[in-house]
Amino acid sequence: MRSVTQGPIAWRSELWGSPLRSLATVLLLALLAWGGFHVVEWGIVHAVFRPDAEACRAVQHGACWGVVAEKWRPMLFGRFPYEEQWRPAVAVVVLSAVTMLSAWPRSWRWWLVPLWIVALLLFVLLMRGGVPGLIHVPTGRWGGLPLTIGLAVVGLALAFPLALLLALGRRSGWPVVRTLSASYIELVRGVPLISVLFMASFLLPLLWPAGWQPDVLVRVLAGLALFVAAYLAEIIRGGLQAVPRGQTEVAMALGFGRWPVQRDIVLPQALRLVVPALTNNVVGTLKDTSLVTVVGLFELTGALGLALGGDPTWRPFYLEGYLFVAAVYWVLCFGLSRYSVWLEKRLSAAP
Amino acid sequence: MSSSRGVWLAWAVQALLVLAVVAGAVWVVHHALEVLRARGVRSGFDFLTEPAGFSISEGWLDFDASQPFWRAFLAGLINTVRAAVPAAIFSVVLGTLIGIGRLAPHVLLRGICTAYVELLRNVPLLVQLLMLAFAMANLLPDPTEPVRLLPGVWLSKGGLSVPWPMVGEGGLHFELPERGDFGVSGGAALSPEYVTIVAGLSFYSAAFVAEIVRAGILSVSQGQVLAGQALGLSPVQQLRIVVLPQALRVIVPSLTNQLLSLTKNSSLAVAVGYPELVSVANTTIGTNGRAFECIAIIMAVYLLLSLLISFGMNRYNARVALRGWR
Repeated sequence: MRSVTQGPIAWRSELWGSPLRSLATVLLLALLAWGGFHVVEWGIVHAVFRPDAEACRAVQHGACWGVVAEKWRPMLFGRFPYEEQWRPAVAVVVLSAVTMLSAWPRSWRWWLVPLWIVALLLFVLLMRGGVPGLIHVPTGRWGGLPLTIGLAVVGLALAFPLALLLALGRRSGWPVVRTLSASYIELVRGVPLISVLFMASFLLPLLWPAGWQPDVLVRVLAGLALFVAAYLAEIIRGGLQAVPRGQTEVAMALGFGRWPVQRDIVLPQALRLVVPALTNNVVGTLKDTSLVTVVGLFELTGALGLALGGDPTWRPFYLEGYLFVAAVYWVLCFGLSRYSVWLEKRLSAAP
Repeated sequence: MSSSRGVWLAWAVQALLVLAVVAGAVWVVHHALEVLRARGVRSGFDFLTEPAGFSISEGWLDFDASQPFWRAFLAGLINTVRAAVPAAIFSVVLGTLIGIGRLAPHVLLRGICTAYVELLRNVPLLVQLLMLAFAMANLLPDPTEPVRLLPGVWLSKGGLSVPWPMVGEGGLHFELPERGDFGVSGGAALSPEYVTIVAGLSFYSAAFVAEIVRAGILSVSQGQVLAGQALGLSPVQQLRIVVLPQALRVIVPSLTNQLLSLTKNSSLAVAVGYPELVSVANTTIGTNGRAFECIAIIMAVYLLLSLLISFGMNRYNARVALRGWR
């Protein structure tokens, strides 16, 4: 059933070890060659790479990557003012750099928290502007990749403290706290994200007086954070349950109080255990941000509609646009999930 | 909390918490109603009996614009089930095959299955659905020139036509769609939107099901497989008799979560124009502005569906679980 040995020698016997295997190998190779031939022919040989709509329309069985060459700026940055688009680019680089630094277990120190706060403030400053030298850009014109990454990062950052409270609450000795936390978690996990986003977009405005409207981005962010918190809470609870009860009892016997036990003994171990699961949740949240398109925010998925929908010249080449957007998501998500696998190995190897 | 004073304190704090939550909820609802009244918006569920004024293009329940809203929501719910159930079946079958394929003793097969999983699960479902919808509407041939995928299966911009069982004079028989001058007739004609949502959901969820199945098979110890080999079981028998029954205990709880998430993901049909529950609710909000009521209906229905699926899968889990290990 399972291959015990691996590597080129095992592969040779797997591929050609018996007549049946050889037949399967030949069939699969033929399938791969056929598929590969068509992909290469469409995507490279007959493809048009220049931003030339005439040439794109002339070609019959070839991709038009010219649409990416022509439209990559509105695809990546949405309706952000053209001359100012260096700002979202720098903002993405800042967030990516801090994320990569945080991915390294050696940097899991207290200074990571202030660093993240500074990075997020810098992100908002670059995007929003309004200070001398940076013109003000309203959130309605934010879009593309910076919005995708910003929504995911800020949404998760807001959700995490709430998730921590919910996870501890669900294990609390107080029945009321336990019931409230459990009901919240199960309620939110039972409904689709779209309904929560509808709520943020249609219902939250009703809670404010007619004159003052919180920004749609802020409302969507609140909805996303409330939604993600329920899933994070269950992951953290899994980690809390994995810490042996004896540790709590020993710490209590040593004179630790109820909260110091959680803060100093249980949580550090529990969070370390669930980092891979948390990373998978980050991938899920990153993919989920695509749904904010439905309530009128133009992140990576929505920005494509903005870039191509209103332009009859390039509209026929949506497929290539989608493939480009999918590739951007894929690089981000695949990178994160590989990191999660690496981290799991590293953490389980650590003493 | 051993002293009686501590117990009293705990109960007092909890009572205050309950009060705070109830008061908060009451204030929010009251305030929202007040704002609605101040803006002259009517509220309440009375609109459900009024004529909807929009029609629903497809589904098992006929619906036209003169019928009331509640029937529109019912048609939407039925359409949700109509998309989610086939997608669940396809994704479990495809996912199981791919999950087994990822562990197959053949490096090419493993590679293809791994590539499938890594490609599909790292791209948002919405992007995949929009891509499929665009391909269905623009890249396929016109309805008058459909392509034949299999005998009796035709695909075109007009959708997919498949054979369908019919009860005729000679008992049950399958009606094959036929190609005529004006497109395909007969059999079951599935709209492009329906094909998009079912295919998109199935392919995406299959990647996750494959990972669940793989983890389940890997959880069965290697010794069991070797023992099966020693008894002279063929590889297929090893899988069917020894590995899968034990793997199911690990698979079923995760699969339950995956089916729940598939059902919730079917709400993305709103983005590709398939008229399921969320789509109907969205149209209703656009028609009469009853956002609070419509969102409450969506949430209540999905919670109910989630409960039903959890209940059903827990029953199934009880059957596959080890005795005494529930």
